[in-house]
Amino acid sequence: MNEDKRVSEPEVIHTPPEFVVAEEELHTPPGEEIVAGTSLWRDAWRRLLKNRLAVFGMIVVILVAVASLVGPEIIKRVNGFGPDYIPSDSRLIKSFAPFRAPDGSFSWTHPMGTDNQGRDIMARVLQGGQISLMVGIIATIVSLLIGVAYGAVAGYLGGRIDNLMMRFVDILYSLPYIILVIVLLAMFRSSTAVGQLVLLFIALGSVSWLTMARIVRGQVLSLKNQEFVLAARATGVSTTRIIFRHIVPNTLGPVIVYATLTIPTVMLSEAFLSYLGFGVQPPLASWGSLASDGIQNIAIFPWQLIFPGLTMALTLFSLNFLGDGLRDALDPQMRKV
Amino acid sequence: MLRFVLRRLLITIPTILVVITLTWGLIRLAPGNFYSGEKPIPKAIENNIREKYGLNKPWYVQYGKMMGHVLLLDFGTSLKYEGQSVNGIIARSLPVSAAIGLSAYLLALLVGITLGSFAALKQNSKLDYASMALAMVGISVPNFVLGPILVLIFSLTLYWLPPARWYGFPSRGMVLPVLTLSGIYMAYIARLTRAGMLEVLRSDYIRTARSKGLSERQVVMRHALRGGLMPVVSFTGPALAFLLTGTVVVERLFTLPGLGNYFIQASLNRDEPLIIGIVSFIAITLLLMNLVVDIAYAYLDPRIRY
Repeated sequence: MNEDKRVSEPEVIHTPPEFVVAEEELHTPPGEEIVAGTSLWRDAWRRLLKNRLAVFGMIVVILVAVASLVGPEIIKRVNGFGPDYIPSDSRLIKSFAPFRAPDGSFSWTHPMGTDNQGRDIMARVLQGGQISLMVGIIATIVSLLIGVAYGAVAGYLGGRIDNLMMRFVDILYSLPYIILVIVLLAMFRSSTAVGQLVLLFIALGSVSWLTMARIVRGQVLSLKNQEFVLAARATGVSTTRIIFRHIVPNTLGPVIVYATLTIPTVMLSEAFLSYLGFGVQPPLASWGSLASDGIQNIAIFPWQLIFPGLTMALTLFSLNFLGDGLRDALDPQMRKV
Repeated sequence: MLRFVLRRLLITIPTILVVITLTWGLIRLAPGNFYSGEKPIPKAIENNIREKYGLNKPWYVQYGKMMGHVLLLDFGTSLKYEGQSVNGIIARSLPVSAAIGLSAYLLALLVGITLGSFAALKQNSKLDYASMALAMVGISVPNFVLGPILVLIFSLTLYWLPPARWYGFPSRGMVLPVLTLSGIYMAYIARLTRAGMLEVLRSDYIRTARSKGLSERQVVMRHALRGGLMPVVSFTGPALAFLLTGTVVVERLFTLPGLGNYFIQASLNRDEPLIIGIVSFIAITLLLMNLVVDIAYAYLDPRIRY
């Protein structure tokens, strides 16, 4: 009953023009899947553009990503220093407030101020963005690979294997996984910053695939009895190929939605772990570790916490809105929290 | 019902054993030891230490000994805090974490349900958008950023509340930690309540309630809330897990002597009995709470049969 309710929500009713497009394209000869498929995506894209918050989120995310990628280089070209530049003049090795030159006058050199070593906070925040976004994206990809493969195999094989695999997921669900991640990171602490980063990808990726597996399994269950799978099986396609070439591509919508929502969650976990000292290690820095450094000096130099903290909050905020918007656009039935 | 509870208990026990085995495995597989420091220690001393803690025995004997401790719920003595029993440390630090965590959860329920129901009742109004934007802020601002900002405002600028330390329960010192911790729950609960209420408000039985002439207040309080709060009830389980990670941060921010703080210290010190003790305690509490939530759910929703 609930299902019917949700389907009859306004967005779906209000799409007759798109439907006409979709039906026209359905008449194109079979085999040109991509052409028939685009209308679904175009539909979703239009619905997404109507959602102002999601568009805002998308723009901010793109801006932050581009700024993080090219920002440190631009600052280096313009001001002549990079994120790790410590001034050679010892009088400059202290924390200056935003927009302040050493003599207290207004200056554009450090719009976010400097940290205790006199390093430019803006350059560090932008470079930290590279690490934070990278952790978010790579750990999400790890969780995507595990979750999709696991869910698809469980759903397609069904029966006892499915039951066993999903019970295992249930058990993992009830684990206090963050506790295990802390133990893992504390015990296997790598001596190099890059090693610790890789450990972080693995740790975060390997605990965040559970929901993905459930979603994909649900999709596969409803797909596996459809005619195109039967056709594939009848022509002797192997099980592996059916799962990964025929079924998985059809689950893409929910997978994209959930992946978008996993990125901010993973980034938040990374920041949490970095704050506790288990995450990103110097000389690398992420928003989490920068904010954690800033907390030490909150009473005197609040900008050391506020800028990395707010940049991160803004990015997560936008990613969450974008994810919510994508969910409403791609999969109106999946709407819950 | 009894069968359901028994079946759930039967799944719970192996889960706890898996958690403990995993934790123990991680501690043992990692390179290094709790006694290894910067400088290498003489072989004779190392042998004595290994002898004393039984590290020279085969792994299954050590594993068995550890499991024995867990089954008896007596976790032995800490390696770092010499002469202190792990049970004593847990008993001492648990009240601190529980006081902060439960206060935060109650506050979050109160504010979250209120905000969420008003947002749902006035869907697509300014109030709805404002409270949902606020909830999104709550989800997006990490608690270790929120906490220091609150400290900066209320302690270091206004001098209203102490910035850190444990002053007992109840005390003014609890206000900031509780606020910091409850932020993210408030947000989640508000969103869950709104979603749940929106669905319920469209259902037939609410239309019936309205059509038999009940006041809007009665419709909401007596009929809609009961159904609309189901997602919040089922969130209690994950919320407890969140509470756990949240308290780790909050206890560290405000230097509170709680369970989370000890857990972080124990992980850094490789204090095996203390790690195993705290992890077992957390796993048991969490899984039992999940069980309680499932049973409560069945009572609240008459449609669910086990």
